[in-house]
Amino acid sequence: MERLKDHPVLDFDRGEKVIFYFEGKPIEGYTNETIAAALHAAGIKVFSYSPKKKRPRGFFCAVGKCSSCLMVVDGRPNVRTCMEYVRPGIHVRRQRGLEKLKGTEE
Amino acid sequence: MSEKLDVQLAVVGGGPAGLAAALAASRFGLEVLLIDENKELGGQLIKQTHKFFGSHNHMASVRGIEIANRLKKEIRENSHITVFLDTTAVGYYENGELLLYRKSPEEKLVSCFPKAVIFATGARENMLAFPGNDLPGVYGAGAVQTLMNVYGVLPARKILMVGSGNIGLIVSYQLLQAGTEVAAIVEILPWIGGYIVHASKVRRYGVPILTRHTIIEARGKEWVEEAVIAKVGEDFNPIEGTEKVLEVDAVCLAVGLSPIVELVRQAGVYTPYIPELGGLVPWHDDDMRTNLPNVFVAGDLAGIEEATTAMLEGELAALSAAEYFGVKSEEIQKMRKDRKARLEELRASRFSDKVKNGLQKLAAKRPK
Ligand SMILES: Cc1cc2nc3c(=O)[nH]c(=O)nc-3n(C[C@H](O)[C@H](O)[C@H](O)COP(=O)(O)OP(=O)(O)OC[C@H]3O[C@@H](n4cnc5c(N)ncnc54)[C@H](O)[C@@H]3O)c2cc1C
Ligand code: FES
Repeated sequence: MERLKDHPVLDFDRGEKVIFYFEGKPIEGYTNETIAAALHAAGIKVFSYSPKKKRPRGFFCAVGKCSSCLMVVDGRPNVRTCMEYVRPGIHVRRQRGLEKLKGTEE
Repeated sequence: MSEKLDVQLAVVGGGPAGLAAALAASRFGLEVLLIDENKELGGQLIKQTHKFFGSHNHMASVRGIEIANRLKKEIRENSHITVFLDTTAVGYYENGELLLYRKSPEEKLVSCFPKAVIFATGARENMLAFPGNDLPGVYGAGAVQTLMNVYGVLPARKILMVGSGNIGLIVSYQLLQAGTEVAAIVEILPWIGGYIVHASKVRRYGVPILTRHTIIEARGKEWVEEAVIAKVGEDFNPIEGTEKVLEVDAVCLAVGLSPIVELVRQAGVYTPYIPELGGLVPWHDDDMRTNLPNVFVAGDLAGIEEATTAMLEGELAALSAAEYFGVKSEEIQKMRKDRKARLEELRASRFSDKVKNGLQKLAAKRPK
């Protein structure tokens, strides 16, 4: 998709343009955007694969209430990317099913 | 990394209901902690870029986002209100503990035992059951609004809107303004749910509003590439042979909202099922008191309505909280009378019949 340039009613304060990583690849985002919004703007819609049938999942509610947007951010699984803002240099990757929580590995 | 905090009145949720509640409570000398999990106050209001569909004289021609800015400024200047943003209330326990997870300035858990709480946590979007509803590209209407109005990202190139209530109509119009094509609006009922002014706006763009139609499937490999719609019969089941395939890259569901009741339920607030109000709702009287003496509710959580009613309910909840703390003033009675009259006026049109029925049913469920 794309970011809107001219909007009849709104101005967007996107914040600072920064680079972060999706599946190891650099992506442009803005500090006033959530990770989900930045990924969507970059054309990335699949955020995770479901635990059993491995079906693709993206976001649904964008307000932190449905858990459809969970991804692994800097090694931490189950991050609601619709509520988590872009920060420079973070590493974001698709979550595959139920991933182990940090610190629970045997 | 947990910390303790002394709180008189906590207000959970910084949408129109919570903002109005915090401001009103502070007028009666209460010390308020206002909590919202976003980086900004305003709740749903910050995505409402259009003029209000609310009532005539109550901020009728103001955009939601402007109301939010006005209330936010008042809150910032108010020394009785402390605001915690980026903070999620994650638990409310029977012993009165409210547990907060703060993400900034540093990540930590904060525990407090507020003497009273006003919950104004709002609502979440409803899902519909159809094959492919879990594909990326099936979005709630609020999500579509958030993407385009808050972050300025185009949600889709071509979209199917499901639901012709005011939200479905308004979000369709906003999508058109932003440059997304709207393939159609489908509505399972025989009539359009929202106001005619909004329906006319989208029709002027040439968008068909198909009543007695529904979505029966979303298809695509990794995300939505097609949506299948069909006509429905008197029994609301799809009629064979009427299927149409639309080439779209997203489906927007505007099929209603449900109150976010988890926190109030945890504490033991009674939540009967009242479909007219959105599903499970906390029981409350018309002063926004629940069955727990120190817990109050307001806004969409107390029954799905709109921002104008949410603000009035927020104020009523604050008045009840002030009384709970023993504040005695004529001002309370005066404000209460005024806010109730305004609520009644707002609910006078036939569009509010559903809500009024729901509130009657709720009143009949008063716990012993
Ligand atoms: C797409 C859409 C369009 C709409 N358009 C209009 C319109 O044009 N006019 C109109 O009058 N109404 C409109 N409405 C309805 C209106 O937005 C709502 O009725 C109103 O916002 C309800 O206010 P509220 O304060 O109860 O909830 P909300 O505005 O939803 O605010 C609740 C807040 O609580 C926060 N929260 C929830 N849980 C927690 C927690 N555990 N911890 C911390 N914070 C939490 C949420 O993040 C949110 O910020 C629309 C609604 C939608 C979904
Ligand atoms: S999209 Fe629903 S929680 Fe993030």
